[in-house]
Amino acid sequence: MSADKNDHSPESHDADHLGHEGHNHGSFKSYMIGFVLSVILTAIPFALVMTGVLPTQATALIVMGFAVVQIVVHMIYFLHMNSKSEGGWIMLALIFTIIVVVIALSGSLWVMYHLNTNMMPMTHDMTNMGS
Amino acid sequence: MSATTIKLDDPTVFHLEEEPHHEEGSSTMLGFWLYLMSDCLIFAMLFAVFGVLGGNYAAGPGPKELFDLELVAINTAMLLFSSITYGFAMLAMDRNNQRQTLIWLAVTGLFGLAFLGIELYEFAHLIHEGATPQRSAFLSAFFTLVGTHGLHVTFGIIWLVTLMVQVSMKGLIPANKRRLMCLSMFWHFLDVIWIGVFTFVYLLGMLR
Repeated sequence: MSADKNDHSPESHDADHLGHEGHNHGSFKSYMIGFVLSVILTAIPFALVMTGVLPTQATALIVMGFAVVQIVVHMIYFLHMNSKSEGGWIMLALIFTIIVVVIALSGSLWVMYHLNTNMMPMTHDMTNMGS
Repeated sequence: MSATTIKLDDPTVFHLEEEPHHEEGSSTMLGFWLYLMSDCLIFAMLFAVFGVLGGNYAAGPGPKELFDLELVAINTAMLLFSSITYGFAMLAMDRNNQRQTLIWLAVTGLFGLAFLGIELYEFAHLIHEGATPQRSAFLSAFFTLVGTHGLHVTFGIIWLVTLMVQVSMKGLIPANKRRLMCLSMFWHFLDVIWIGVFTFVYLLGMLR
């Protein structure tokens, strides 16, 4: 009986700890850090596109990079995600979703791009077919 | 929950004894996160559709003629402000300050309404110019993607008002706190989706 109790006490403590971690709402400071970072990460892409100071290709890459960074900032400072929340299941579900999303997005674009080039030639392409 | 309690009193139960240690609603956050991830897949599909069809203007107007980046920037600011004010509502909830929680929730709702108002104004403007969803594949994909996000925000505001009524009637009881935490995840998740929208639809659309 006592051995059983000893076996269970660390476990229950662990569960308590994790439950507390899952209810972490951050602090005023963490929200403000997230907010300021988000404002910066939003303002720069908008400014780059509106002014057009950089070449199109470079602007596109920078804008996409900033979006990825801002999504991570939101997840850390607003959604308070870490690898330990809900015993790691939140992170596992997120990783699985990211894998599915990457496969779906890259697959769709890849397949449809090739479908476009392999389509039956339209009238203006007919001339190329003859040669 | 009451059904489980009755079962516990029954001597012939066949589940693990540790189970009663789980507090009520302890798995709600994970379950709600799984819902958000499935919602994320819906948006991923709509982004994929926009990625495939975004260049098919059918000789109609393209992003450069249609989009007003200043309006989108204001919209983005509205959603970002609503995210931070919702964060303040959660901090007030942690301090068990019901009045401040309700005030910050109301501010969040107003920013959400401003976002929706600007988006509807933009849609009305586009449709008035003849850029309806039927005009081209690009516009169909645009209205579906941005419209679905707007619909989520609409339901978020309805949920927010419902919770404000519940908090003001029953106070910050554990059940209401749990609901507020779910809405918090939902609201911040919508802001994350909006990052994708303004980047891939508006900013990259202007560069196309």
